[in-house]
Amino acid sequence: MRPRAVQPPSLFVAATCALQGVRRDSSSLSQRPDAKHVSFPGAVKSAFSNTMRFEQPSTYPALPTYRAVDQHGEVVDPAFKPDLSDEAVIKLYRDMLTVSIMDLVMFDAQRQGRLSFYMVSAGEEAVSVGTASALEKEDVIFCQYREQGVFKQRGFTLADFMNQLFANRKDPGKGRNMPVHYGSRELNIHTISSPLATQLPQASGAAYALKIQRMQDPSIPPRVVAAYFGEGAASEGDFHAALNIAATRSCPVIFICRNNGYAISTPTLEQYRGDGIASRGLGYGIETIRVDGNDFWAVREATKKARELALQDGGKPVLIEAMTYRVSHHSTSDDSFAYRARVEVEDWKRRDNPIARLRKWMEAKGFWDETKEKDARDSIRRDVLKAFSEAEREKKPPVWTMFEDVYENLTPDLEAQMKVLKEQLEAYPDEYDLGEFESGDKESLGK
Amino acid sequence: MKTRPIRTLSRALSRSSSTTPPNLLRIASTSHPLHRPYSTHPPNARLNLPTDYASTPLLSHSSQAALANPELPASACNGTTKRMNLFQAINDALSIALGEDESVLIFGEDVAFGGVFRCTSKLAETYGADRVFNTPLSEQGILGFAIGVAAEGMRPVAEIQFADYVYPAFDQLVNEAAKFRYRDGACGRSVGGMTVRMPCGGVGHGALYHSQSPESLFTHIPGLRVVMPRSPVQAKGLLLASIRSNDPVIFMEPKILYRAAVEQVPTVPYELPLSKAEVLREGGDVTVVSYGQPLYKCSAAIEQVEREMGVKVELIDLRTIYPWDKETVFRSVRKTGRCIVVHEAMVNAGVGAEVAAAIQEDTETFLRMEAPVMRVAGWSIHTPLLYEAFNAPDVARIYDSIKKVMGF
Repeated sequence: MRPRAVQPPSLFVAATCALQGVRRDSSSLSQRPDAKHVSFPGAVKSAFSNTMRFEQPSTYPALPTYRAVDQHGEVVDPAFKPDLSDEAVIKLYRDMLTVSIMDLVMFDAQRQGRLSFYMVSAGEEAVSVGTASALEKEDVIFCQYREQGVFKQRGFTLADFMNQLFANRKDPGKGRNMPVHYGSRELNIHTISSPLATQLPQASGAAYALKIQRMQDPSIPPRVVAAYFGEGAASEGDFHAALNIAATRSCPVIFICRNNGYAISTPTLEQYRGDGIASRGLGYGIETIRVDGNDFWAVREATKKARELALQDGGKPVLIEAMTYRVSHHSTSDDSFAYRARVEVEDWKRRDNPIARLRKWMEAKGFWDETKEKDARDSIRRDVLKAFSEAEREKKPPVWTMFEDVYENLTPDLEAQMKVLKEQLEAYPDEYDLGEFESGDKESLGK
Repeated sequence: MKTRPIRTLSRALSRSSSTTPPNLLRIASTSHPLHRPYSTHPPNARLNLPTDYASTPLLSHSSQAALANPELPASACNGTTKRMNLFQAINDALSIALGEDESVLIFGEDVAFGGVFRCTSKLAETYGADRVFNTPLSEQGILGFAIGVAAEGMRPVAEIQFADYVYPAFDQLVNEAAKFRYRDGACGRSVGGMTVRMPCGGVGHGALYHSQSPESLFTHIPGLRVVMPRSPVQAKGLLLASIRSNDPVIFMEPKILYRAAVEQVPTVPYELPLSKAEVLREGGDVTVVSYGQPLYKCSAAIEQVEREMGVKVELIDLRTIYPWDKETVFRSVRKTGRCIVVHEAMVNAGVGAEVAAAIQEDTETFLRMEAPVMRVAGWSIHTPLLYEAFNAPDVARIYDSIKKVMGF
């Protein structure tokens, strides 16, 4: 705790209460004689105990994992009723397939040197597509980097993906970001940032902004923020800050953890010793659920309910921990067989797969079959390759654009630097390859 | 189930495939040849060529060259050498440190399996999981933990996976590690045993978050030593000196050199001096001051200028960026009267500013100046994926600066 400038106590308390909009009767903190409960300000509902006992985490059962549909595609939750038409399910299934097929193509393309980097999300397609399907278009999203399914579900086209991956002139990121660092203002998804967990307190703040904006203008529809992260990122200080501040400021934010078992090479056993990430939500006073991340329906149902909860009582945070397995390497820069057995991965792939599970459910319902599957895969693959080819041949944005957007306007310093670079490129034309870049209007940039 | 489609797709993506289905022809027939998509070098370049690490005079390509280093102790000069790249030399230094001193501990994200850049390979197997281990993913946790370990008298070597990710630990470094000795005063405790390793710098496609060189953020903080080696020989000696040093050291490793820079490295333990610059080539007309990877570009530019103009350029590697060796730089600039500072990090408030200011503050050096001190550095922008080649100092910009400073 940092020392702070001391204010007169009464003024300080009054100011704090006024700021937080919380009314606290001064009498509520006083201890009545023979009271059974503690009235310490930091734990107001704690009963006195005359047994000295340390709580053992192992005596508490692990939080359960909710499933609507099991790995055979059979419904196991008697209360579960699918809320989507067959066509709507097929659309979402195709989103999952698209991500999976695009991942295979782009992983290979990276291996061939066609792009510098790629990350697949194999095994986690249901978490991203399923959660996104339960959110509204106006909701605001913060991703980590393995949520291409969220982008796809919300309307990111194959061309949008490919333009970013090839950093061409149609990439709204202006060729500045590494591949897979997508972003879309239209779809209300903030551009991906590599550092882990930085997006989480931002999500709390964004949710608070949405809440205040609706208080100020009730004609705005109720909105929530959804923030995605992995179980590794949950070790960062930002994760803890995010949950705590969201709880204390009652922010309508859904924290969605993809617990896929690995942070690059580090298995969960070396990442944490508690009951996953879900147990931490309870610690921060946040409503929490753990779901089977391979079950599209469980993920969707949980997110639907979470959105409802997040908007209740003026807003509150919710935590979803979706259990999955990172079938793939961390990225194209990683060879995971250096730290995990090939058989472990093969075993997982054989046992359960979110796409196969939804497919079994659809087949059992009678609106999907082998022929439809093959047609879908073929057409998606064709579309991916077409978008790939078109994006790869596009020109890159002009070199001058690298000086833009550092500040709202170019500073005199940046204008001067741009001029130096311009003179350098003119004086040494053979030393720089400008062929793949659009020429752009460098004269207009400085104005 | 997954292997067959992968093979099929490999074929689909292949430009040379003759079995490509008709609908894929558009990709297959793209005419421009397969090329590296980022930071390519143009066909007619004579300056901006890829660094030739196999012939650069900055690396010891023979055992004799390595052992002729006057800074080496006799034990090293009389010993053998082994060909190592930068990550192997770092691994060698870490292994020596663990072997000679029980108080050395090594930890960080993913270090147990060898680290994402292989610097900690086999160390956990050799020295045990109690001394070499993975931490949870939390930079502030890692460095706060390291400070605690060091405060109780041990020698932690903590790894931050990329320099770009050190910022959550800024509080621990700036407010704790740097101030620990000062705060404790006569109580006499410090965290001098602590060394923080982190890969830094551009590789051509790291973009905003895998290419930063944040050294000047740390050189501003009294209490921290900031070191950046240029080669495997330097890395081994400077890292051992850093680990044994009783001041906290930020040890920044140019990650582009991990595999690229290969040279003969003395096999025995040795230290190279901290806070001491090294003159890499002597000359009387211009002084070029740099550190880390840009030294190779400086060297290439200097060779070209010397061939064409007959001038002689002195090249200095700062090695320790703070507290830095002003005397070596002043001595050189008093001789040449001209100075260029080259670094990859942004030019604003960077190391170049510190070196230039120190030169003009030193009366004896200032009076000898024939031209203003020039800086060749990254622009005041973030590292953009596509434009790294236009942002980091290149041979042509250094070459041009030498010509300009000569023509002033």
